[in-house]
Amino acid sequence: MKNGREPVVVGVADAPLEDGKFVTKASVLGHAALVAKAAVEEAGLKLSDVDGLLTAGMWGVPGPGQLATVTLGEYLGIMPIFVDGTNIGGSAFEAHVAHAAMALREGYCEVALIVYSSDQKSLRSRNLGGRPSVLSMQHETPFGMPTPVGGYAMAAQRHMHEFGTTSENLAEIAVATRKWAQLNPEATRRDPLSIDDVLSSTMISEPLHLLDCCLVTDGAGAIVMTTAERAKDLNTRPVAVKGYGEAHTHWAISEMPDLARLLPAQKAGERAMKMAGVSHTDIDVVEIYDSFTITVLLSLEALGFCKIGEGGDFVSGQRTAPGGAFPMNTSGGGLSALHPGMFGMFLLIEAVRQLRDEVGERQVKGAETALVHGTGGTLSSGATVILQKD
Amino acid sequence: MSTEKPLPVIDHDSTPYWEAARQGRLDIPLCGDCGKHHFYPRSVCPHCHSDNLDFDTVSGRGEVHTFTIARRPAGPAFADDVPYVVALIELEEGPRMMSRIQTGDPEKVHIGAKVEVTFVKANDEVTFPYFKLT
Repeated sequence: MKNGREPVVVGVADAPLEDGKFVTKASVLGHAALVAKAAVEEAGLKLSDVDGLLTAGMWGVPGPGQLATVTLGEYLGIMPIFVDGTNIGGSAFEAHVAHAAMALREGYCEVALIVYSSDQKSLRSRNLGGRPSVLSMQHETPFGMPTPVGGYAMAAQRHMHEFGTTSENLAEIAVATRKWAQLNPEATRRDPLSIDDVLSSTMISEPLHLLDCCLVTDGAGAIVMTTAERAKDLNTRPVAVKGYGEAHTHWAISEMPDLARLLPAQKAGERAMKMAGVSHTDIDVVEIYDSFTITVLLSLEALGFCKIGEGGDFVSGQRTAPGGAFPMNTSGGGLSALHPGMFGMFLLIEAVRQLRDEVGERQVKGAETALVHGTGGTLSSGATVILQKD
Repeated sequence: MSTEKPLPVIDHDSTPYWEAARQGRLDIPLCGDCGKHHFYPRSVCPHCHSDNLDFDTVSGRGEVHTFTIARRPAGPAFADDVPYVVALIELEEGPRMMSRIQTGDPEKVHIGAKVEVTFVKANDEVTFPYFKLT
């Protein structure tokens, strides 16, 4: 039964990039603040209306960013009464939407702001030297495990072994995603891409090629949520948060329960769809975390869009490209639009804009229901959100 | 960036494991309650959550569960090793562990290949369990 406290998204914003770098001159927190301000203003609200603050990031670690919400709240000059600094990797923001939804339903806050910012490209700070060799990582890092690509490569190798999936299947995803990027003026990589281009790109960690891997860019994004009741007074088109779920299994790749099956996605997806009361055929547009091509394939299977092991067939023939039967990663994704370390924020922003019918050439006609699924760590965590035009 | 290869930061959970490796044995925890081995070493069994654990010397035999051939190094410290094979080994006793496959021919490594442990000394404190194809 409706009571007016149903959670809705009322504002989104992201920072402009040029060649994968921030255009505006500001610190990493400055970019966070600028997108936060833009998102609340789009909603017809002010930053001083925000009483719930959710963020995750790697900035200032070790250092102030270890208390990420505290550092950001101070910078914004606000005193939130609901905070969540959950960091489960790139899927953190899908989990934040879930947590903000629960806080809004409960009356624990009225206006929740979710923010992410990273200047990893400008700083050239992306650490490819591996994770510190402590605790569980003392059993992985010393062997020269390429992170994070090595774990994804091991999953791809296992999937190929069990189900006969091919490098061509994975390349289909990179190519289809690039076609969406070509329709998005904001995307970083818009030059044409063929399956042969992917297969002949540098081998990084077998069986994954350079063009199976996401971009490394800057990026900042923000999402504002409030209740359906509050949204009535705002000059915005609310998007309803209908369902959500989250789960995680492992950090060390040796502890992944099944290298060819993405259990967190299965768990989170089932829960989110059940809560929303939707089935696969109800979903018009799908935004799936694409850190690597294999991430998408494993997610599609685990979310139930096809059977386990049939992901290769599912994405063949450019089914996920513009004009295909299954519109997916419509911004150009992490593979071609942007990937500032934790990409889940931008999946959500694209889904909201699709449901508000405002993305021009890449608009999925009549899109009413979207599924967003984030993955974090090394296939470690998954979080799903179902969004619907209100 | 450092070009020294990373070494394990040994802690109370892992001391007996690394000490055994130094002496040329593969010792991993065995649960006195559920009877299952686990890896990496913990103070509570991840299967049944008992703390009745002891280290047990295992066979050192297993098979390649999955692997990757690193064509780009995991940082400058591993640049001279490329290409090298990082693998998840499924031990005969059940647990999986990450290691290197020592081979002059990475293309020979495949899922299901039988392997056995071989010990490679890094310094006086640390010896790594690597694996070789059998």
